[in-house]
Amino acid sequence: MRAFTYERARTPAEAAAAAASEPGARFIAGGTNLLDLMKLEIETPRRLIDLGGLKLDEIKATRDGGLRIGALARNTDLAADKRVRKDYPVLSRALLAGASGQLRNKATTAGNLLQRTRCPYFYDTNMPCNKRSPGAGCSAIGGFTRSHAVLGTSEACIATHPSDMAVAMRLLDAGVETVRPDGATRTIPIAEFHRLPAETPHIETALAPGELITAVTLPKPVGGKQAYHKVRDRASYAFALVSVATIIHEDGSGRVALGGVAHKPWRVEEAEAAMPRGAKATTEALLSGARTTAQNAFKLTLAERALGAAMAQPRG
Amino acid sequence: MVEQSDAGLSRRGLMAVGVASAAVASAPSATAAPAQDAPILATVTLEVNDRKQTLHLDTRTTLLDALREHLKLTGTKKGCDHGQCGACTVIVEGRRINACLTLAVMHEGDTITTIEGLGTPERLHPLQAAFVRHDGYQCGYCTPGQICSAKAMLDEIKAGVPSHVTADLSDKPKLTEAELRERMSGNICRCGAYSNIVEAIAEVAGGLVKGEPA
Ligand SMILES: Cc1cc2nc3c(=O)[nH]c(=O)nc-3n(C[C@H](O)[C@H](O)[C@H](O)COP(=O)(O)OP(=O)(O)OC[C@H]3O[C@@H](n4cnc5c(N)ncnc54)[C@H](O)[C@@H]3O)c2cc1C
Ligand code: SF4
Ligand code: FES
Ligand code: FES
Repeated sequence: MRAFTYERARTPAEAAAAAASEPGARFIAGGTNLLDLMKLEIETPRRLIDLGGLKLDEIKATRDGGLRIGALARNTDLAADKRVRKDYPVLSRALLAGASGQLRNKATTAGNLLQRTRCPYFYDTNMPCNKRSPGAGCSAIGGFTRSHAVLGTSEACIATHPSDMAVAMRLLDAGVETVRPDGATRTIPIAEFHRLPAETPHIETALAPGELITAVTLPKPVGGKQAYHKVRDRASYAFALVSVATIIHEDGSGRVALGGVAHKPWRVEEAEAAMPRGAKATTEALLSGARTTAQNAFKLTLAERALGAAMAQPRG
Repeated sequence: MVEQSDAGLSRRGLMAVGVASAAVASAPSATAAPAQDAPILATVTLEVNDRKQTLHLDTRTTLLDALREHLKLTGTKKGCDHGQCGACTVIVEGRRINACLTLAVMHEGDTITTIEGLGTPERLHPLQAAFVRHDGYQCGYCTPGQICSAKAMLDEIKAGVPSHVTADLSDKPKLTEAELRERMSGNICRCGAYSNIVEAIAEVAGGLVKGEPA
């Protein structure tokens, strides 16, 4: 690990200003992703700004009937929150399907959204990777691709976003509230938050340098039967091969978002019109334009079947 | 004591050299800076097993290394050092976490319980006694992590925290075998003592409810 100075931020605005003042500065929240990558020297911050002291862990009702989730709310607390369990159960389910009890006790809402890919070549510092070293090349293309993306890929990168929680957030139309180094605040719709890799896979989100996430907001509950089906190599404590988050209403209409298939949670609103006609019709629209390899083409079948399983559950 | 910290330093030195030469071979831009950094020191006070401990540490020191290398509490084990095995599980402010994925300096003033604080050879914690009775281990390497994890996990069930296998999110979670297995999945046992571990935990928890299937 490279050496770094350590400080505790006192206010969100101060943290953002401090982070922008130096290119090597980074926020640390739970640390469960950043420290993992720092040990491998994939991340090499020279200055760590600990957000732990900021009182950003509250989960509060909003005036329009939604929920405002503090950036530092722990994954365990968010999954266990009574309002989330009742009104946004797909979010509880997605969180509980991720990582382990120990990790969820540390992992935060913002850190979870910003966790980096699990592409094995990204983790292997002996292999070229455009995400780690822009322009170095992509070792996954032409390599082992079983876990890689099948949608929205580019010639530069075919990595997936590994978060389960982010898939539920996308399904629920969350907003990401931030403060920028100049003190300005904004809300980024979750649909625009994560980026596709295109030519610049090292730029993963819409955040500007130093921009701090303060909260994630949920609009008022939409009801329906909500579920998160995660398919993985082990029954627990493993990343998704494919995951399917669904909201299904009694008339068969609803929403669907996929995890494990792209560089961001995958949702195509127009494809949802096909939901009353079943899983095949829906996935045809949702997966159109997919580019697979012999090793990961199974993800398309898996997505259709996982959606079929969700649709077969009793509704209401 | 001196010997041990010397060993720690040279291990770190070796690792850094290894990374640098690998980078020269294939990814020149990955680590351009010198392989050795001068340590940056910080002071932190932890309350470990009811004792206040003030440490002067390299900011890079994980909570796990602070406990093992600096406080000589070697009951907590290092398995993977990457959050993947649970051998380093300790209880911080009442919650189980992986000590390998957090920095000591992030825990100023925190209350930390390690396996040494749960029980002693003379006065075993009920979970320790149950692991012995049920043969909840073979080599024992994962055991301190299993026991710290189990202690805090039972508190999570009591507090009503749901899990991946909880059938009804509006219900209090039940003490089923499926629940125990899912909730303990962050603790890997290479010896595969899982079924005896479940029995030991179940006994301390007061017995299992006959399960809904997972
Ligand atoms: C063994 C293992 C298994 C896992 N399995 C799963 C899984 O199955 N599913 C899953 O979804 N996840 C899984 N995870 C990942 C885990 O969910 C993430 O590590 C965690 O959510 C990251 O949160 P954190 O608070 O610890 O982030 P940190 O490590 O503290 O931060 C991550 C990044 O976010 C930035 N950041 C943090 N907070 C803010 C903020 N407020 N504003 C701006 N930037 C910020 C940091 O600078 C850093 O770049 C696993 C992790 C491990 C180690
Ligand atoms: S897929 Fe992306 S992350 Fe993986 S090696 Fe290629 S560029 Fe790197
Ligand atoms: S040593 Fe911490 S999880 Fe393996
Ligand atoms: S007893 Fe050997 S690893 Fe668990």
